Amino acid sequence: MTALVLVEVENGAVRQASRSAVAAASRFGAVDAIVFGDGAEAAAALPGVTRVLSVPALVNDLAEPAADLLAARAKDYSHIVAAASATGKNILPRLAGLLDVQPIPDVVEIKDADTFVRPIYAGNALATVRSSDSIKVLTIRGSNFDPIAAEGGSATVETIEAPASEKSVFVKVELSASDRPELESARVVISGGKGMKDAANFKLLEPIADKLNAAIGASRAAVDSGFAPNEMQVGQTGKIVAPELYIAVGLSGAIQHLAGMKDSRVIVAINTDPEAPIFKVADYGVVGDLFEVLPELEKAL
Amino acid sequence: MKVLVPVKRVVDYNVKVRVAADGSGVETQGVKMSMNPFDEIAVEEAVRLREKGAAKEVVAVTIGAQAAQDVLRTAMAMGADRAILVRTDDTLEPRAVANVLKAIATREDAGLICMGKQAIDDDMNATGQILAAKLGWPQGTFASAVTVADGRIEVAREIDGGTEVVSLTLPAVITADLRLNEPRYASLPNIMKARKKPLETIEIDSLGVDTASRLTVVSVAEPSERKEGVKVNSAAELVEKLKTEAKVI
Repeated sequence: MTALVLVEVENGAVRQASRSAVAAASRFGAVDAIVFGDGAEAAAALPGVTRVLSVPALVNDLAEPAADLLAARAKDYSHIVAAASATGKNILPRLAGLLDVQPIPDVVEIKDADTFVRPIYAGNALATVRSSDSIKVLTIRGSNFDPIAAEGGSATVETIEAPASEKSVFVKVELSASDRPELESARVVISGGKGMKDAANFKLLEPIADKLNAAIGASRAAVDSGFAPNEMQVGQTGKIVAPELYIAVGLSGAIQHLAGMKDSRVIVAINTDPEAPIFKVADYGVVGDLFEVLPELEKAL
Repeated sequence: MKVLVPVKRVVDYNVKVRVAADGSGVETQGVKMSMNPFDEIAVEEAVRLREKGAAKEVVAVTIGAQAAQDVLRTAMAMGADRAILVRTDDTLEPRAVANVLKAIATREDAGLICMGKQAIDDDMNATGQILAAKLGWPQGTFASAVTVADGRIEVAREIDGGTEVVSLTLPAVITADLRLNEPRYASLPNIMKARKKPLETIEIDSLGVDTASRLTVVSVAEPSERKEGVKVNSAAELVEKLKTEAKVI
């Protein structure tokens, strides 16, 4: 059996979530990778990848041409896999629609080639499902699979043409610049909630993040209140993270948020309310005013 | 242009669900149900498009048992003009739902399908994309802003590093993200008025579409519990514990 992995390359490097997807896919047998835009070289260096299908003309990962292209190649594969990223979640279900199969999103465990575990109800239950489709289309939750190394492989590269996209046109993209590690791959994450009170106070998290080389996240309530941009949201409908250390500051720990971080190795909560649900999952809790605790924490580091 | 808005009746987002003792699923008996929050956002957007004159009619549709009518009444109280219940007692996967919705979209000659990005029960985030593929329509997923003009729809989409804008030919499928809008509350007079709006019931078998499941649920289990934590008295003590006990810094 051979699996095809949609590999995302950003600034010349394969995204960690995609390296986790390759690690997961290698459980099914040989692995081919498909890369849109520049990045064939980075994908070819992934250990365990046999062949890279490079589509340099498809620069904007529009779902329509991408899914058409994948569908045309699908019959050669038993599994088609991507990270459960915005790109993977956009393209793979459309591919499944073209193939008339039921996709299996957010896989956290592979039991065998047909059987997978995935969270439902915001991670409050784990469903084990068996697929009867001849081609399995799945997205992988990166935090549950150790990523393969970024280098060491030497795959062959085949360049393929992109199909035309008449129904959808890329207009523009606005990326937020940040020097901090990516949320999903950071070893330490510090997140603020509604208790931060306003956007300016999110700056209080920065010196601590600097000292710990941490990414900064936010709860949905903080994002909805305009304290932080959307892409910082950790939760069921935002990013799913599982760092070594997660520090939750001034956030209550709603089900929605816990779904995005409760698999972190060590969880720290800083909150004034000793009854806040976040303390139920926290390994270490500090009951106190974040505006007093944060400066003390910075000093203690 | 007619806008079709698929809505789903799910366990209310405030409910802490319990896994059934026999591992067959999640307890739903006697649990509060409501409209999937992302679908409320989709209904709101469709109604706003009609209020702006970009759409002529908003039709809400759901698939489920008779009780699923209540989410259709909610959609109509928010401003949908009429509703369709596709009646079945089975639980359908996104692929099957997409087959049903394709049949309804064709029958209604919909110009736009506006739906939630994911349902908070199965967390699949797939139906909109599958439906777009089956109809051969373009898709604008995870939408945070939409503009309709000159036979096209421009969609701002939430992606991992920020926001992307795409322009799609109509008809199209868009899936709503949280920040697309703030759904309105249904006022009491509007709830009363919604009772009089037309609600059509269609038996699922009469559509003649494939609704078979491709996934078998082997089991449903509780996630493993985390061991109980400790409270510390100061930031200094916290740092000490993180260094010596947890060894993470």
